[in-house]
Amino acid sequence: MTTVPDIYRILPEVILTLTGVLMMLTDATIPPHWARRNLGWIGAIGTTLALWSSLWQLSLPEGTAFFGTVETSAFTVFFHVLICGIVLVTLLLSLDTLPGRSHHQGEFYTLIVFGAVGMCLLTGAVELLVAFIALEISSIATYVLAGYRKETGKGPESALKYFLLGSFATAFLLYGIALIFGATGTTHIYEIARLAPLAVNHTLVIASLALMLVGILFKVSAAPFHVWTPDVYEGSSSPVAALLSTAPKAAAFALLLRVIYEAYPSLHSFWSPLLWIVAVVSMTVGNLAALRQRNVKRMLAYSSIAHAGYLLAAFAGASSMGIAAASFYTAAYAAMNVGIFAIVTLVSGYDDRAILLDDFRGLIHRAPLLGSLLIFFLISLTGIPFTGGFAGKFYSFSAAMGAGAIWLTIIGLLNSGIAAGYYLRLALVSAQKPDADSEQPRPQMGVAVSAAIALCFLATLVLGILPNVTLHAAQQGAQTLQAPIAAPPSNVTP
Amino acid sequence: MNAFNPIILTLILLTPLVGAVLVALLPDRAKIPNWIALLTSLVTLLFTLHLPAHFAWGQQQGFQFEINRIWIESPAIFYHVGIDSLSLWLVVLTGILAPVGVLASWNAIQSRPKVFYSFFLLQQTAIVGVFISLDLMLYYGFWELSLVPMAVLIAMYGRKDGSKAALKFFLFTFIPSAPLLVAILWLYTRTHTFNFADLQFEIAAGLIPAGLLFWVALAFLFAFAVKVPVFPLHGWLSDTFAEAPVALAMIVAGKMGLYSLLRFHVGLFPVQARQIAPLMIALAVIGILYGACLALVQKNFFRLIAFGTVSHGSLVILAIYGLTKMGWTASIFQILSIGIVEGVVLTILGGLYNRYKTAEIDSYGGAATKLPRAATIFVLAALTSIGLPLLSGFIGEFLILSTTFSQVSRWWAIVAAVSVILSAAYMLWLVQRLFFGPEGKLTASTSVRDLSFGEFIAVAPLVALMLILGVSPTPLLDSIQSGLHPPSAQIKQVIQIPINPQTVVAPEAKR
Repeated sequence: MTTVPDIYRILPEVILTLTGVLMMLTDATIPPHWARRNLGWIGAIGTTLALWSSLWQLSLPEGTAFFGTVETSAFTVFFHVLICGIVLVTLLLSLDTLPGRSHHQGEFYTLIVFGAVGMCLLTGAVELLVAFIALEISSIATYVLAGYRKETGKGPESALKYFLLGSFATAFLLYGIALIFGATGTTHIYEIARLAPLAVNHTLVIASLALMLVGILFKVSAAPFHVWTPDVYEGSSSPVAALLSTAPKAAAFALLLRVIYEAYPSLHSFWSPLLWIVAVVSMTVGNLAALRQRNVKRMLAYSSIAHAGYLLAAFAGASSMGIAAASFYTAAYAAMNVGIFAIVTLVSGYDDRAILLDDFRGLIHRAPLLGSLLIFFLISLTGIPFTGGFAGKFYSFSAAMGAGAIWLTIIGLLNSGIAAGYYLRLALVSAQKPDADSEQPRPQMGVAVSAAIALCFLATLVLGILPNVTLHAAQQGAQTLQAPIAAPPSNVTP
Repeated sequence: MNAFNPIILTLILLTPLVGAVLVALLPDRAKIPNWIALLTSLVTLLFTLHLPAHFAWGQQQGFQFEINRIWIESPAIFYHVGIDSLSLWLVVLTGILAPVGVLASWNAIQSRPKVFYSFFLLQQTAIVGVFISLDLMLYYGFWELSLVPMAVLIAMYGRKDGSKAALKFFLFTFIPSAPLLVAILWLYTRTHTFNFADLQFEIAAGLIPAGLLFWVALAFLFAFAVKVPVFPLHGWLSDTFAEAPVALAMIVAGKMGLYSLLRFHVGLFPVQARQIAPLMIALAVIGILYGACLALVQKNFFRLIAFGTVSHGSLVILAIYGLTKMGWTASIFQILSIGIVEGVVLTILGGLYNRYKTAEIDSYGGAATKLPRAATIFVLAALTSIGLPLLSGFIGEFLILSTTFSQVSRWWAIVAAVSVILSAAYMLWLVQRLFFGPEGKLTASTSVRDLSFGEFIAVAPLVALMLILGVSPTPLLDSIQSGLHPPSAQIKQVIQIPINPQTVVAPEAKR
């Protein structure tokens, strides 16, 4: 039905896979005493290529490939670019902060790239089984990354927790897929949308969505499926936490958008109140718990739960605005959160030797630039205008408000008042005069990590001041999601 | 007309921002940040003086120097700036106070001047933005932005516990602005515009149900009242004054909140403002007395000035919610006068703090012998603040009290007039304890130099303004009044028909 070769539809994934394989093979063949650092640069180049190829996909006519299982559209390109961007920044960040050669650097970079393959594929999948496989690819890579600091006690604990709970959650997702297959005879998203309202057993359809939601909400760390988040972030190194808190979540949100808006629009009256509740619980639980944290990484973990809540508020909106707002929010959140984790990496070190709130005291006096940037990212997370964080929140709550969810908006904005309490505490601690006796070293900034922070800073600022381009892309994505571009070839449906 | 006119407001807005970036990029030595900040603020001042020079005074309606460009497409947010006679002089005042602030910080800020002046100039941009924005979201943006540099600098340069005061300051303003944002978004869902003039029209035309509008107006009022601050929302102010560098203290209080009340509460919701006016008048009078009484018992002179500000700000609230045209004119005049006086007072007190390293009033005494120039100027400023005739403070106070007496409510005016006595008491007592009387231990043992050239240059123009505005206030009053245009029929009604004191104000407020 289409003249575009199938391979073009998954070009970014192909490039990322080839890069990963190349890195793995190089790592295995070069002498053990050689430095592995340059493998990270290969990964960065491969990711950049994947990003460009994804932008190039915009010139293709929208459509599906491989028997209607994978799609390219404005929506997928949006998330591909976002995920490749996050992975690129994470790689740059790791290049300067990963300790010496004993640390299996080769595997580390390779795993990040392979994880990216899974995440990219997940955003393009329109067949739930492909989505499941993609989710597993990304998850397994991230499980390993979470446990990478195996010399500490917390690393393996973090990985094990993430692995056990994560497998449990994906099992829920798989169960949901099985049920919808039972109800409608298909696992294809467009077919589900067509057949679900006609299904004889309506309970089965609802149960399938509920189970899938459990699986996906776990991945985006929305309350009440959030308990793994602080432990996993605390146990993994800061660059990995930066990746975990953004890229897999962006991919999971893409899947969530697809499932609820594309596969189950008919069940709006079921998932809408459900997500309303999850949004309120997430932001409240996340913010209240974050207030009590003294460990900056745990605080950011709880803040990421709260942000999942703000993002879910967009789902209360009418579909076109809601999808665009949610997509925009993932981008804004990614920019500022990776940025702040980058600074935490620099201040605390790879081994988290200075991760407590008090270790940040006087940062702006020690390192004015780094301190100011920390404050910038924190005010963006707080949601002060002219930053990406505000624009994200603004669109999310405008969407909710536009659909008449006034209480959700009020609760959400009061929550950002609570959140200001802990973000500001960190910002103000870093602005305070340092104690005379404590001599913290001045953080060193290499080229790669400076580039990473500069990218995050620019992205956050541009999303706040000139959001039009990104918003336009997100809106186009929303349009393609609302109007399924092509019916799948008939040989897919049984 | 002039070629600058269309872009002048943008220039005033962006020059400090450019200065901030320059300060951040250039090296941090040999007072380079100080000089760039001074230069930037002087250039900005020059630009602000362009405004009164080219303002079309005869024009009764609408905004001037206006720019209205689309900024964000959906929802439609515009870069819409413009001024009328309400905001004109406030922008000029901001321009005048900036170099004063830089000079007052010249010796006070020793560590990391680069960070200080970058944030100081950023604050300048935010405040100008608040005064000139005519798009509600743009306005909200600057309103929130103005919190950040302030909070950071209080934490960085606080005298005792800066970060606690900074957190208090930030949360006190940030949390009420959440309902404000909800209200703005709600208005947008009803009207599909953030444009001030359009909203004013739609609200006046009665296109929005009044029952809900009451809550919207209340959200606006609440957010602004905290910033003024109106009694009982003043909890943050004294800590902020006690901890903030003086350059920031002189721009934080009063102006933004009072202006916002005039423009966005009374201006947008005249009917709701009129409903709530009795309450606001009562709170204002309580605030006048309460602030003055607390100022009397303060031991720290920055806190004393803070409570004095509560008292003075409340007097302006009284004028605003009297809802008379003369009252509004007087309120703007008084805002300007307070701004000028506080500029002088805080510069001198900041200078004292730098010399003696304490803000405890009791440690001082007889400082006039060593600091004769500082003492003279401070006495002059104190007299202005009390409202001595022929100084600017008198005009504002007199007009507000007389307008309230004749057009709003006699009893409230009489009660409010007590504040004149109280403010004389706390200010003169402060002067006496600081500068006169027997020499305290501290003042006797520390050798200090009188006002430096920089400090003198900073306050001299302000002192001149106090005198000029006191002797000949008419041009300024006329210029303010000429453009206080009733934007809609409804407001005209509110202004022209004075509220009958017996039937409306007094009974409801007494309850």
